[in-house]
Amino acid sequence: MERAVHDRGGWPTDARIDQSEHALADWELLSDALVGALVRAGLMNVDELRRGIESMPPGRYEQASYYERWLYSVETILTEKGILAPGELDLRLGR
Amino acid sequence: MTHHVGERVRVATRDHEGHHRTPGYLKGRIGTVELVHGSFANPESRAYGADGLPEQPLYLICFDRYDIRPDERAHARDRIYADVYEHWLEKVNEQPRP
Amino acid sequence: MSSHDRDHEHAHAPVTNGGEPVAAARARALEELLVEKGVLRRRDVRQMVDWLVSRTPADGARLVARAWVDPHFKQRLLADASAAALELGLDTGQARNVVVVENTQDVHHVVVCTLCSCYPRSLLGPPPDWYKSLPYRSRAVSDPRGVLREFGVELDDGTELRVLDSTADIRYLVIPRRPSGSERASEEELAGLVTRDSMIGVAQPANPSQADSG
Repeated sequence: MERAVHDRGGWPTDARIDQSEHALADWELLSDALVGALVRAGLMNVDELRRGIESMPPGRYEQASYYERWLYSVETILTEKGILAPGELDLRLGR
Repeated sequence: MTHHVGERVRVATRDHEGHHRTPGYLKGRIGTVELVHGSFANPESRAYGADGLPEQPLYLICFDRYDIRPDERAHARDRIYADVYEHWLEKVNEQPRP
Repeated sequence: MSSHDRDHEHAHAPVTNGGEPVAAARARALEELLVEKGVLRRRDVRQMVDWLVSRTPADGARLVARAWVDPHFKQRLLADASAAALELGLDTGQARNVVVVENTQDVHHVVVCTLCSCYPRSLLGPPPDWYKSLPYRSRAVSDPRGVLREFGVELDDGTELRVLDSTADIRYLVIPRRPSGSERASEEELAGLVTRDSMIGVAQPANPSQADSG
């Protein structure tokens, strides 16, 4: 049975666990807070957040940092709901 | 609540399209009900904007020891526990483990 | 499954020439857009940031210390963590979704979320990077003793190791074993011995002799 990229239990790896830690950057706290505020406002729920993360292309999922995955998910979910127009965030960033 | 503490259950092996919280490494595995958590909104439908009702009973399962990876031998005394929703569990007909 | 495990664990977001991750601008732009559209109010976002930074392992440590000194409280904590936490004025977040387990002479627990990063944030603060990392999520279930060894914990053969995979909305917190030599410590001193990692299960609490006596 094929495993989705987020389904990591027992995934083959010899990697040691890097125990170094970093304090959350402002943008990471902001990303977390945006999700929290959206959830509190009833505009998305945690299961949608997870589903959005899981929808990332596998290569991107593995390369992305933790909060990059959250941002990807929020953009995906909010676009799906019509709260954001497709590509609106890119446009705002001048891309 | 279909299952009770101490009952032997097996996790279904079905392929599920879309979001679900049953990890691949546990599908098809047998274990014993350790805790009955009560009922919770179903994440499989909530993940797509639905209300997740009706709530689904959730159980903490103690899984029988097995080697998750062929090159990593599970220690004799170690056990994996995971929370599994009722609709992923099947009853197992066998004598209770000692 | 991929044989190339690209575990960029503290995968840092791509950076611009200014050294700031591209994602940082994206997050800020997202906030701007949502506020402009009236979807969110800036003060609600600020409030959420404030709540996040207020969460530390000190709350979990208070629960553990109380459980160590008061066996009846410990039983209440094991039976209904949310209700017991309220006795200490602590909010576990969503009601009924924290379960506390106890390490004993015979049983040691370690917690993981193989599917994402579920963690009792309201009692421990944000999870460390390694908890969210792909190798931890993979190996905590397939090689838990190897993982503990990397963290400096060696369990006896006779000890039962229980790996709790937080696959649903239940969050697990571990009561580590009270260190020997701590019999005279006050509850507050005991709380100071309880580390975040000991409440996840990858470490033992500090010993009283290690604690700062100055």
